[in-house]
Amino acid sequence: MTSTLSDDVSDVQKLDGTVGDAAPAAAADSPFRRFVFEFVESPVATAALVVLALIIVLAAIAPLITPQNPYDLGQVDVLDSRLPPGEVSMSTGMTFWLGTDGAGRDLLSAILYGLRISLAVGVASGFLAMAIGSAIGLIAAYAGGRVETLIMRLVDLQLSFPAILIALMLVAVLGKGVDKIIIALVAVQWAYYARTVRGSALVERQKEYVEAARCLGLSHGRIVFRHILPNCLPPLIVVVTVQTAHAIALEATLSFLGVGLPQTEPSLGLLIANGFNYMLSGKYWISTFPGIALLLTIMSINLVGDQLRDILNPRLQR
Amino acid sequence: MSAQAENSVGTASSGAETSHHAPALEVDSLKTHFFTKAGIVKAVDGVSFSVAPGEILGLVGESGSGKSITGFSLMGLIDPPGRVVEGQMIFAGRDLAQLNDVEMRKIRGNRIAMIFQDPMMTLNPVLRVDTQMVEAVLAHQNVSRKTALEMARDALAQVGIPAPERRLTNYPHELSGGMRQRVAIAIAFINKPDLIIADEPTTALDVTIQAQILFEAQELCRKTRTAMIWITHDLAVVAALADRIAVMYAGRIVEMGGADDVIDRPAHPYTEGLIGSVPGHSQHGARLTQIPGMTPSLLNLPGGCAFRTRCKHADQACLAEPEATAHMTEATVSAPARMVRCFHPLGGGANVA
Repeated sequence: MTSTLSDDVSDVQKLDGTVGDAAPAAAADSPFRRFVFEFVESPVATAALVVLALIIVLAAIAPLITPQNPYDLGQVDVLDSRLPPGEVSMSTGMTFWLGTDGAGRDLLSAILYGLRISLAVGVASGFLAMAIGSAIGLIAAYAGGRVETLIMRLVDLQLSFPAILIALMLVAVLGKGVDKIIIALVAVQWAYYARTVRGSALVERQKEYVEAARCLGLSHGRIVFRHILPNCLPPLIVVVTVQTAHAIALEATLSFLGVGLPQTEPSLGLLIANGFNYMLSGKYWISTFPGIALLLTIMSINLVGDQLRDILNPRLQR
Repeated sequence: MSAQAENSVGTASSGAETSHHAPALEVDSLKTHFFTKAGIVKAVDGVSFSVAPGEILGLVGESGSGKSITGFSLMGLIDPPGRVVEGQMIFAGRDLAQLNDVEMRKIRGNRIAMIFQDPMMTLNPVLRVDTQMVEAVLAHQNVSRKTALEMARDALAQVGIPAPERRLTNYPHELSGGMRQRVAIAIAFINKPDLIIADEPTTALDVTIQAQILFEAQELCRKTRTAMIWITHDLAVVAALADRIAVMYAGRIVEMGGADDVIDRPAHPYTEGLIGSVPGHSQHGARLTQIPGMTPSLLNLPGGCAFRTRCKHADQACLAEPEATAHMTEATVSAPARMVRCFHPLGGGANVA
């Protein structure tokens, strides 16, 4: 209210010949700074962001900080297997702060290495699915007619199957490996992006600025990707965070079921699966600590995503 | 028709002036219909008019009279189920109705520009003003980004925006409504078009800003000799701005003539009704007159004169279609020709069969 008022004042000032400044406050307060300011308003989301940042940093520099390379069989001693947290290695004398798993791997190291894989798979599939899905969704919304019907029925078909079922079938066909898991996850998730982007693109398409862009004689590609897409970004960003968390969970599920990543490159899901057999014999740590790591990762991503949704949703604007 | 008359006047006075008076746009019996499930909606049903360079034609009518669709037909932006079914739109020697999509895109934003009603909506909210203006230039002109940016700055200065360099880096939401509409007008003028179609560009603005915008748009038209079609429902706006007025009702032009002429001496009962319902003309405390009834649905218009069901002068004659062009007066240099589509035109001077 106040800003429009001051703007109109500047219109009037112009009449007198004085040079008015339309919005000095808005210039000082850039959209990005306002965005950051609104984000830190929620302590929970801020904490989640800190945890997420910590997880990402730890995963990224894992080879530098972990006491052991769990993939290097030369560093792993089977005699150290299933040691409880805090126990000291019999051969090397290092302390296993979170215990060891059935193969004698240091769980702390294995979790950090597992996080690397889980995050990489989640983010890679998330972004690939976003690129493919949103392009398809945009085309559907802009083209309309038969193209749209065809694409959206395909999306409906895809979404009517449980994600885990499709992923299982695809992995069964494609085989094991990081790249295959990513392909399977993209195949499962593109439909969510397509549906979201198509929904907001349909709304944006009706707006006058698209008509105005057409009146400027701009090409279709330019209108779709330069004018409509940026306006669809807010819901897309939220879906990216949610779906990345979903991808991580799905990858963990596949690995837990034994169809995901190979044993030699354990992700969090595989670590949980490995420890699952020892749960009843009281060796809780093998499953629990990777589980907590997975939980923290997914929860912090979701909490950050929720806060992003609140900020980016114009209807919730305070 | 009036433009032809003007043309002949120009030729008579001096041969060199001819191009001056050749119309920028000549529309002949344009018909745009929408083929809906409920039937054919004749949104524009045989509209003819012309605009000369530097001239402002006010296209007046209430909602649903087809004035905006006329504008969109000119831009070639009628989406299915709508279609231009008949008529010619001669612009720069070519019929816009015959052009394909690629040729039309070269004209849009370049030779013919459009200004929309709501400046909140016509600027892309996520792109900065300079991005949008430079884009408009680069879409049609082979110049460097730097030159385009300079053109954008000059265009903003031209429409009376103070500190254009600063405004260029703003996002649309950082500007007031009046500023935003000025930016939209600057974008429309930036490629120096021959014709601008303004679709109620001041409706969303408050009256003081509206007056400034009207003044600036008028000056720009005169200065750059750009023809303008100003679509509005507001007679007061058009009275102050336009050279000529065309009044539309149910997809047809029912009256056309010089602005003052039409406002002071309306010939069509509908025009008279419109003028009577403007508050400024009535005495304080007196009731405003209103046109009885509602705009008929374009799906089932009454046969003959479309206005006859609401017209107090209507009789048996009105069951037939009124003649498309009934000249009341010939065009003179000071007053363009009058046209009215009515069997019982108002005013003593009328001598229409």
